[in-house]
Amino acid sequence: MLDTLKLPERHYLNNGHGLKSWLLTKDHKRIAILYLISISAFFFLGGLFAVGIRLELTTPQGDFFQPDTYNKMFTLHGVIMVFFFLIPSIPAVLGNFLIPPMIGAKDLAFPRINLLSWYIYVLGGLFALFAILVGGVDTGWTFYTPYSSAASNTNVIPTALGVFIAGFSSILTGLNFIVTIHRMRAPGMTWFKLPLFVWAHYATSLIQVLGTPVVAITIIMVFVERAFGFGIFDPQRGGDPVLFQHLFWFYSHPAVYIMILPAMGVISELISTFSRKKVFGYSFVAFSSLAIAVFGFIVWAHHMFVAGISVYAAMVFSFLSFSVAIPSAVKTFNWTATLYKGSLTFEAPMLYVYGFLGLFLVGGLTGLFLATLGVDVHVHDTYFVVAHFHYIMVGGAIMGYLGGLHFWWPKIVGRMYSEFLSRISAILVFVGFNLTFFPQFVLGYMGMPRRYHMYPDEFQVLNVMSSAGAAVLGLGYLLPVIYFLWSLKHGEVAGPNPWGASGLEWRTASPPPTENFAEVPTDIPEAYEYTPHVVREAKLV
Amino acid sequence: MAGPLPRNGPFRFQQDTPLVMGHVASKSMYYGIFAALMVLTWITVAVAYVDLGAANKAVALGIATIKATLVVLFFMHVKESSRLTKVIVASGFFFLAILVALTMTDYASRGFLPMPPGLQ
Ligand SMILES: [Cu+2]
Repeated sequence: MLDTLKLPERHYLNNGHGLKSWLLTKDHKRIAILYLISISAFFFLGGLFAVGIRLELTTPQGDFFQPDTYNKMFTLHGVIMVFFFLIPSIPAVLGNFLIPPMIGAKDLAFPRINLLSWYIYVLGGLFALFAILVGGVDTGWTFYTPYSSAASNTNVIPTALGVFIAGFSSILTGLNFIVTIHRMRAPGMTWFKLPLFVWAHYATSLIQVLGTPVVAITIIMVFVERAFGFGIFDPQRGGDPVLFQHLFWFYSHPAVYIMILPAMGVISELISTFSRKKVFGYSFVAFSSLAIAVFGFIVWAHHMFVAGISVYAAMVFSFLSFSVAIPSAVKTFNWTATLYKGSLTFEAPMLYVYGFLGLFLVGGLTGLFLATLGVDVHVHDTYFVVAHFHYIMVGGAIMGYLGGLHFWWPKIVGRMYSEFLSRISAILVFVGFNLTFFPQFVLGYMGMPRRYHMYPDEFQVLNVMSSAGAAVLGLGYLLPVIYFLWSLKHGEVAGPNPWGASGLEWRTASPPPTENFAEVPTDIPEAYEYTPHVVREAKLV
Repeated sequence: MAGPLPRNGPFRFQQDTPLVMGHVASKSMYYGIFAALMVLTWITVAVAYVDLGAANKAVALGIATIKATLVVLFFMHVKESSRLTKVIVASGFFFLAILVALTMTDYASRGFLPMPPGLQ
């Protein structure tokens, strides 16, 4: 039966050829591909800076780079990875591609605004690239004042403007998703039949729309202070540098949830498909996404415990930061309960899920260490913090992104990739990740500060481990590029539903036609209708 | 409900949430609001020349808030919009309130040192 599978004659990829048909497309699926290509380019550029950092840190002395160059490397690594890869990653690629078919719609509510958001993203990216080409920037991705506003003599303004512009792309994507989810659902697709992926993106979009304007205004404040000498953050002119941190983290803590919530949505889809079970406690998982979106906005000052804020405020924020662990734990427990007595399998997407569950657990729990006032004073600005947020952003968000990409790749291109290589790559990513970042917890606890290019001799063994792990991790990230590109021509034809998954997006052809469905989908099922113990085609398992 | 998808544009409304669209307010109302905004601007400038002490900021911000409210309600049509739109607008201001209130927990309590004995 499998050998007789054929690609559909007409699909979104062959509906129009040539550059113009892509650059002027209003098809959400093609825009998702445009995003996929551009964020992948930024991912590998940001990765290149990470290579430089890990190379420098293999020895205690500064051998490869000048201190100034090193400062620019970690700044650009952070700026690119956060604003040009992680924030758009899952929403702009997978969310863009999948939300319309998941809710039974033909496209997003505003196809032109969707294309516009990509152009805005590219424009912001060009500003950042320009800043790199003319000499880079060294403030750290956080742009803390007074360094960014007065002291740094690098290209703060073009970089900050790039982030400012890219922010509008994020706002437009969020706005588009909110309207789409409210208005475009197929008849019968009620809120509680929506896949949890859609719920997670709804919560993410709320953060994008409500939070991003604050960081945009904050960047403008730095701009006017730096360019025109306003005194918003300068104490000598009546300003307060800590105010910058308040405003910056009001967005940038929730921004972590812009990265992790969509990944959590991916995990819910994958975990039910590969354990052949309904997600345990659907409505709790759905509402915990909204709870995370709201709670995420009231915890930001945990980044500022040693910045001179009031001790009373610090106690309030410490307590509130603990509260955000509750909805996160609800999800983790519910996923674990979903696995319980499921028919678990070990395809590549599911390997990423297993990886996510462990790494997110470590990342989340070390977040509680950092929210504890006394511990934070000890480990603030050390590698402990670096390890913690990489467990969330890389171990959580990127594992979710890769898991999702592997899961929906056959839907996106209509063909399968190498099952063997993809499993190898998932394992390499997991092993490489832990080897890179676990030693950093120890380093940080021992007191190694972040953002220095030299360190005392006794830290070398752990740093070499970390650099070796980064090499393995890099390999794990390069492998998918090879087999995904290979699959475009040579992969086995996947058919509409290679995983036997239950979502609406699997009811249409792979790759889907431009209008997603030949007819408006009817008889919408409950989310995650799986019968346990389905025997799948041996080839695909 | 099965049937071919609508050809012209993908925007399809859910039946259960009707949109209020195409509402045309009278021209005179817009001119009235515009006049009110101008008068309030004039008051802002005039009040700037009077020293009200501690009330200076409160008065200036109060007038600005009234003006912003007029713009949001009438020029941005929120007054005639669906309840969903109103909720979305209100949530924007709610999050602004969070930003201001929680930032003030820091600024308002910085002077409280030293800590009371029980908390030291
Ligand atoms: Cu945070």
